[in-house]
Amino acid sequence: MEYVSPEGLRLDGRRPMEMRQIRAEIGTIMKADGSAVFEMGNTKVVAAVYGPREVQNRGQQISDKALVRCEYSMANFSTGDRMRKPKGDRRSTEISLVIRQTMEESILTHLMPRSQIDIYVQVLQADGGTRSACINAATLALADAGIPMRDLVTSCSAGYLNSTPLLDLNYVEDSAGGPDVTLGILPKLDKVTLLQMDSKLPIDIFENVMQLATEGCKAVANYIRELLLENTKELEYRRGV
Amino acid sequence: MLHSKSFVKKSRAGRVTKVVREHYLRDDIYCGASICKVCDSSVARLSASASTILVLDTNVVLNQIDLLENPAIDDVVVLSVVLDEVKNKNMAVYNRLRALCSNSLRKFFVFSNEHHKDTYVKEMSGESKNDRNDRAIRVASQWYQSHLGDEVRVLLITNDRENRRKAVEEGIFAETVESYVKSLGQPDLLDLLVQPASEDVDMAEVEDLRPSKRKVIYNEHKPMSEITSGLHRGIYHQGKLRVNRYNPFEAYVGSESIGDEIVIYGRTNMNRAFDSDIVAVELLPQDQWHEEKSLSIAEDEEDEEDVHLVPSSADDAPRTTLPQQDSSRETNPVSYRPFGRVVGIIKRNWHSYCGSLEPMPMPAGSGSVANALFVSKDRRIPKIRIQTRQLENLLDKRIIVAVDSWDFLSRYPSGHYVRTIGEIGDRDTESEVVLIENDIISRPFSAQVLACLPPLPWSVSPIDLSNPNRMDLCHLRVFSVDPPGCKDIDDALHCSTLPNGNFEVGVHIADVTNFVFPGTPLDDEAAQRGTSTYLVERRIDMLPKPLTEDICSLRADVERLAFSVIWEMTPEAEVISTRFTKSIIKSSAAMSYVEAQARMDDSRLMDPLTTDLRNMNTLAKIMRLRRIDRGALTLASAEVKFQIDTETHDPLDIGMYQIREANQMVEEFMLAANVSVAKQILDHFPLCSLLRRHPTPTREMLEPLLRTAAAVGLHLDVSSSKALADSLDHALGDDPYFNKLIRILATRCMTQAVYFCSGDLSRPEYHHYGLAAPLYTHFTSPIRRYADVIVHRLLAASLNIDKLPSIFQDRPQLTSISDNLNYRHRNAQMAGRASVELHTLIYFRKRPTDAEARIVKIRSNGFIVFVPKYGIEGPVYLTSRAEKGGGEWYVDEPQQKIKKMDGSLSYSVLQAVKIHMEVVEPQPNRPKLQLTLI
Repeated sequence: MEYVSPEGLRLDGRRPMEMRQIRAEIGTIMKADGSAVFEMGNTKVVAAVYGPREVQNRGQQISDKALVRCEYSMANFSTGDRMRKPKGDRRSTEISLVIRQTMEESILTHLMPRSQIDIYVQVLQADGGTRSACINAATLALADAGIPMRDLVTSCSAGYLNSTPLLDLNYVEDSAGGPDVTLGILPKLDKVTLLQMDSKLPIDIFENVMQLATEGCKAVANYIRELLLENTKELEYRRGV
Repeated sequence: MLHSKSFVKKSRAGRVTKVVREHYLRDDIYCGASICKVCDSSVARLSASASTILVLDTNVVLNQIDLLENPAIDDVVVLSVVLDEVKNKNMAVYNRLRALCSNSLRKFFVFSNEHHKDTYVKEMSGESKNDRNDRAIRVASQWYQSHLGDEVRVLLITNDRENRRKAVEEGIFAETVESYVKSLGQPDLLDLLVQPASEDVDMAEVEDLRPSKRKVIYNEHKPMSEITSGLHRGIYHQGKLRVNRYNPFEAYVGSESIGDEIVIYGRTNMNRAFDSDIVAVELLPQDQWHEEKSLSIAEDEEDEEDVHLVPSSADDAPRTTLPQQDSSRETNPVSYRPFGRVVGIIKRNWHSYCGSLEPMPMPAGSGSVANALFVSKDRRIPKIRIQTRQLENLLDKRIIVAVDSWDFLSRYPSGHYVRTIGEIGDRDTESEVVLIENDIISRPFSAQVLACLPPLPWSVSPIDLSNPNRMDLCHLRVFSVDPPGCKDIDDALHCSTLPNGNFEVGVHIADVTNFVFPGTPLDDEAAQRGTSTYLVERRIDMLPKPLTEDICSLRADVERLAFSVIWEMTPEAEVISTRFTKSIIKSSAAMSYVEAQARMDDSRLMDPLTTDLRNMNTLAKIMRLRRIDRGALTLASAEVKFQIDTETHDPLDIGMYQIREANQMVEEFMLAANVSVAKQILDHFPLCSLLRRHPTPTREMLEPLLRTAAAVGLHLDVSSSKALADSLDHALGDDPYFNKLIRILATRCMTQAVYFCSGDLSRPEYHHYGLAAPLYTHFTSPIRRYADVIVHRLLAASLNIDKLPSIFQDRPQLTSISDNLNYRHRNAQMAGRASVELHTLIYFRKRPTDAEARIVKIRSNGFIVFVPKYGIEGPVYLTSRAEKGGGEWYVDEPQQKIKKMDGSLSYSVLQAVKIHMEVVEPQPNRPKLQLTLI
């Protein structure tokens, strides 16, 4: 199938190097310590963060750093077909683990020994790139909760179809079965915290695709930073400082 | 700007889901006109001088693609909505349109109207998909007009009446194709137009002169929904229709659901299906399985057998029809193959066909529209009715015609003229026809392809010399043996004595992959061509000439790059070790087979080269013997060789191609090299190697051979290739030619060997029957076969010289490459044969000849003879066509004899007869070779 037309347009009208429209909102869930909704095109994810708080299960307590837990789930209505999404299936366990490890890398856990941080992410609407959207939403929620971090973690995916590197695959492109690289970086430190790939790619092409994903991550980081800055200014204003 | 598109979709399982997709609208899509001041003109395709810019409607593209391909139509905007619609309706037309859009000589511009912020239209409630697309086309034309201003006229071409009316209402210039083409003032363009169905009326009137034609001739095709449900319930069977090359009234549908071939007999049962169409077939009741056949035989008055070349394998040969008519009734009352009829066509495989118009009297008024019948060169294609305004020009020409439609009221499909190739009978024209008919790519190499060649004059560079992977073998006494006049020498040999008494034997193959890199335009072109094609008077190369004749050709006394296979062999030809390496060689002699043979035979010559040749020959003889012991078949073919006049290119003489020991020697080492390479690549890449296999012939395929053999009292054991080889060896008759004749008959029962991807089949299926080798591939001719190029890459990767190109990781693509190679290979052979047939005809045109012939098959009204001297085969009629089956002669089926009723004369199979060959012209411009008994 043709995913990029000879005119250089993808199926949804984007060019290969373009991301979908991103939109985010902070503080959407009042009860949580920090929360955010993150949208990449039609993919919509909500994240809520509780903590740092007392460790619920004493046995899991770590004496020199905070315990980070993460739970990923997909809303039953997130895809068109009404299928029950079991909570503990392999895919969501895997994604939970991926998100936890990625976030743990940037949280300064040693500052909060013997405490626990819970991250809940739920996919409200799925259209490809849920993993990236979840990580971005979690970053925002953590920042909103005021949890100390080394840097913002941002994530974006890139693929390779019709011999063209494509940024930010949507569901149709994702299900083409081609290589799909999901990347998570610490943009300021320029470090990679997450790198996953489905299918195979020759190494020289892989480098191009990864470069593209890095640029995508940086673009997301810029947007998130601006949003946080705006949010902080608003908070300042409300406090009347 | 963002839009959300949502629609409902029905899945295959019948569930309905709602799909929501994003749809981005952009402001950076340009109009493609070079006069435009606003848009980026670097991508502009439309010419600056154009006074009219055409916007096409979908129906125009779908129906008039031949017209669009004519360079008279230019400055065209193709909207993406039109492209999408065309893609959904007809992939072939879509590909041709895409080719037009990417052709830099044509001014076709694709405008992505669906993603432009001003031309995107949203579906209104109650509006059908078609209406919305029509509206989108109109909106885009309007946008173009207002965007470009008044200097240019934007013309919407549509044959849809409603669309045109609305366009005119909205102030858009709109015309039909007919009126636009007429306004161009080029009458020959009008022939390219497909006549719309509504104007069919006057054609029907013409036909009225022949009243029989007015009645319903074919059954109407079943609607698609009924076919789908029928297929589901198992009433209908789906498959590809393959028409018998030698009898266009007989076709087969290989059906998976029934696991057997369904025979379709007669045009009525074929119900307007063409060769290679995907059809739905209904089985006929069992009692009609025979009746149907004998009924339709009466109908096939046009069935006429031509003189043709002797088939070299079962793929070329006429299909074995069921035992002949009446006599078969008693002997074989139950047919084992089901008969059926076509009820619907699932996918058409219409393309354009080569041929000529059926001779007809000139109509009174010249220049007016005339109806003519087109007869394709390919006998599987029915006659096609066309309309033309240039009848007198076309009557003696070879032309190309495309099919448009086939109504159930008309006997023949209707089509339109596409282009003229040249005069009938002209050698160049006929050669061109041969190429087109066999889908041979003969266009000159494009500039991009030629740009991939290394600069000339080329010579071995120091970089090659210092390459650690490349061995310098210039000190070896390498030589090549090829047919005389061969310029693309891709193999060379050497043989030296080692101190321990063993021999070092090397096969050196031109290192084509050192110049053809994967993914380059050169590689793509070669992959598409698949093989070089050898016609009698010219060669169509797979790679550009500088590569084939100079850079890669292993000519004498120049250093060339090679890929070498080097064995150490004992004097008993046992291989002790095998080595593969890239190398540099310097051939010391480029001999022809005759020269090499003469050297070996001349006992006075004792020079080192001759000694090498003799040593090799001794080894080759042992290897050959061993191979035959394993059960390899020595098959025979009736290959002929022309002597061509260098000035006129007319054939001067024909003769059997003579095979010498030297040929066999070279062949033996090439086989050995191929087998060694096959082992090596399969060891390293068990899933993605390209190999060649030759399927074991089934008993059914060997049936005609056994029947003929039985008739002359010969018993052949076909249980294995070894048994067959042995019994062929023992088949000695009283006349010297008998054995060869039996071998030729055996050869034509076998199918051809094919390329395949090792991951697609299981190990036992890799077997090569003819060579009795468990593994085989092609390695030795990379200049003229693409398969060898692939194998070279695999071998280089297995030696860690090169990386394995990424294509080998993609098995479906590899399979499609091997399918293409098989297709091209076969076509190249067919073209070669057709070219020989053509030259045979030219040769006999001036020289009516008498010759000795052998009867190879008995027919009800005569027999088929084979003329060994000229390698041709054709019918000899004992009774004239008119009195077909007229009593005087009768066929003795088990004895394979045809006897005169009074017993005075009888002919039996394999008997030698004297015949007279002469070219006759039963119809003007239709010369054919006729064989008559003396």
